[in-house]
Amino acid sequence: MAPPADIYDEAALVSQARHGDAAAFNGLVDHHGRKIFRLAQRITQNREDAEDVLQETFLKAYSHLDSFAGNSKFYTWLVRIAVNEALMKLRKRKWDKTVWLDEPLETEDDKVGREIAVWEDNPEQRYSREELHEILEKAISGLPASYRSVFLLRAVEDLSIEETAGTLGLSVAAVKSRLLRARLQLRDRLTSFFKKKVEDPFAYL
Amino acid sequence: MLTCKQFLEELSEFLDEEVSPQERKMLEEHISACPNCWVVTDTTKKTIEVYRRAVPVELPAAVRDRLFLALEKKMAGRREP
Repeated sequence: MAPPADIYDEAALVSQARHGDAAAFNGLVDHHGRKIFRLAQRITQNREDAEDVLQETFLKAYSHLDSFAGNSKFYTWLVRIAVNEALMKLRKRKWDKTVWLDEPLETEDDKVGREIAVWEDNPEQRYSREELHEILEKAISGLPASYRSVFLLRAVEDLSIEETAGTLGLSVAAVKSRLLRARLQLRDRLTSFFKKKVEDPFAYL
Repeated sequence: MLTCKQFLEELSEFLDEEVSPQERKMLEEHISACPNCWVVTDTTKKTIEVYRRAVPVELPAAVRDRLFLALEKKMAGRREP
């Protein structure tokens, strides 16, 4: 028996889509589309490229549905396709000045923890949804592309260190190092927006 | 005791709970004695949470329409012999 229409049953939709049910596949697209689009926008930093990535991701997913083994989450599988498409876009951009994935990284230890200030408990409450969106996207767009992808896959999309390394073609050690630096740089950027407004800057001591 | 630099090098794994119990103890000892590293840990944790919690905006209607049109073409193509 089919579940009620308002319950999202991913395993059932994937299975139906594999048997050629177009509506089931469209249900998967509607459920994951906006997350994939946001990921693509964050990696490519370009709206048109992100739209291409979105289309290519779901077209490829549809064509290769039979190769989805079902031992990872469907969304994780989509993320991996989307990231590969997005990275291809970046590589094609000859004018792009971002750091390439195989470039050695300089250590940034001296830049770590420049601003030390406590944050509000719920930092996002200070801003409207639109303002928050702008703050988060601006902070992440300032990271080198290779840090951005690692942070997004590991910290936001919840891929494991090994899955992140496999998807990006990096060593586990490189993923760990970039993840740490991405997190610290983002923290630093967000501190100016989210720090607690107090008279005494050492109030936490 | 760990230096701040040693502590920060382990911060990611500490936050992801991928450290051994022994390492965890050393790291916890450091933050309980070092207010700066406590703040960096707390705010880095909040950095990750704020990105995870942020809800993606809906697909713009035009983007969604073009996506479904492309899919429709693909699906029609697949049905042809």
